Amino acid sequence: MKSNNLRKQLAIPYAIFLIFFVVLPLLVVIYYGFTNGDGEPSFDNFIRFFKNGKTIGTLVYSIAIAVLTTFFCLLLAYPVALIIAKGAYDKHTKFLMIFVLPMWINFTLRVTALKEILTFIEGNLAYHQFFNTILCMVYDFLPFMIMPIYNSLTKLDNGLIEAASDLGANKIQVFFKVILPLSIPGIVSGITMVFLPSMTNYVVLDMIYNSTYIMGSLIGSYFSAYDWHNGSVISIILLMIILGVTVISNKFTESDSKTQMAR
Amino acid sequence: MIKFFQHIVIWLVLLFLYAPIMILMVYSFTDSTMIGTIKNFSLQNYVTLFTTPELVSMIVGTFTLAIGVALLSTFLGTTGAIGAFYSKKRTRGAIELANQIPVVNADVVTGFSVCILMIVFFKIRKETFIPLIIGQTALCTPFVYLSVLPRLKQMDHHLYEAALDLGCTTSMALRKVVIPQIVPGIVSGFMTAITLSLDDYFITTYTKPATFDTISTYVVNATKGSQTEIKTALWALSTLIFVLAALYVVAQNFAKKKEEKT
Repeated sequence: MKSNNLRKQLAIPYAIFLIFFVVLPLLVVIYYGFTNGDGEPSFDNFIRFFKNGKTIGTLVYSIAIAVLTTFFCLLLAYPVALIIAKGAYDKHTKFLMIFVLPMWINFTLRVTALKEILTFIEGNLAYHQFFNTILCMVYDFLPFMIMPIYNSLTKLDNGLIEAASDLGANKIQVFFKVILPLSIPGIVSGITMVFLPSMTNYVVLDMIYNSTYIMGSLIGSYFSAYDWHNGSVISIILLMIILGVTVISNKFTESDSKTQMAR
Repeated sequence: MIKFFQHIVIWLVLLFLYAPIMILMVYSFTDSTMIGTIKNFSLQNYVTLFTTPELVSMIVGTFTLAIGVALLSTFLGTTGAIGAFYSKKRTRGAIELANQIPVVNADVVTGFSVCILMIVFFKIRKETFIPLIIGQTALCTPFVYLSVLPRLKQMDHHLYEAALDLGCTTSMALRKVVIPQIVPGIVSGFMTAITLSLDDYFITTYTKPATFDTISTYVVNATKGSQTEIKTALWALSTLIFVLAALYVVAQNFAKKKEEKT
């Protein structure tokens, strides 16, 4: 019986690490979010956030950026994933590698490259600020959308597509009734990989402009001002959004595994 | 006709993804300081990259940190996965839940929360590098865990029992039977940890010592500065990193093929 305990004990270092450096930091953030400078419990930080037009504006602006970035990533990534998985390139599975390769290159270097090109094309980046923001975000996150969609499409049984066309569905019907519904888990996990980073990755904006604000940059500016309480409030609001997104996406993947079991 | 459109879509997206970096690669071999001005072939950027002490120590520091963090994460993630795999359902569930936090969390929040805990709450000085290493390890380890766990599930469990029956001690059975079967998961976890550490900006910027820079934090500062010599030397760095990444992906593909054959 002693022997079986040893393998379980292997988890102890990581369990301790998780408690101290993953769970505890979040608890400390929650503590700072709900206390004022004197360490007394208060909701003032939150009230200040939701009463201030500038911070609310930042929240709305970053949600808008994140929604648009996610939408355009999906718009580009879905056809690409579909073509590599089921279309003209389905014999060339290695093709996916080429689309995923940018993930391995430091994102600051990739954004620098895009910035140089945009400066050359547009002359002055300030003219199309919103467009450039979305463009840089899509450029940065596109590979993260292609991969999960591709994975869910390759798992899709070709027999189902053939069966649908044998039973008289045309190509458009096959796509909307078979391929699209069965690839939703991939789409959902792609959305979770793109939506949140595009709400918070202020470095991309920082590199092209020094003045645009999204939720992440609020944390950055509170951090530079040693304002732990307000920084924690932003963290907590982001955590709530993350929690919401995770719960919704889990629902989709759960129902997916259920349907798979039913089959 | 449909095939034709498919090719067009693929190549347009490839152009979007690769044109900037390819153009930058070409320009890294010239003496121009801006895209669009055509000048002469020159290796000056590469010379600057490897002879400016500031740049060299930044690159060495980044990779040393990445390897250190990846080793630590690989150890924690692998032992954690093996331990959790053999633990009771509830323990395993708790570990898995906590493991998921850094995966879904925004890097800004992870970085900020580790910074608050280590620097504001425990008052550990950034100069010790401890907050930086802990922070990056907290980000990387969950991914090691997630790449080791599927291998444990696929493993043939009778081999472990057989080893015990034939007189192995538990630790011997783990080392000689379990570990060899999950090596591919450990290796890919290690590589993921390296890239995450190399790519990280947020945790680094919140926890690093003031005088230390990684590629990410350095590049972000350099794009705001006006030193063209440094700027173009970074083009050379992009080129080298691109080549390394491409070589790695090709090698990985070959390894996969080999594994499929055996």
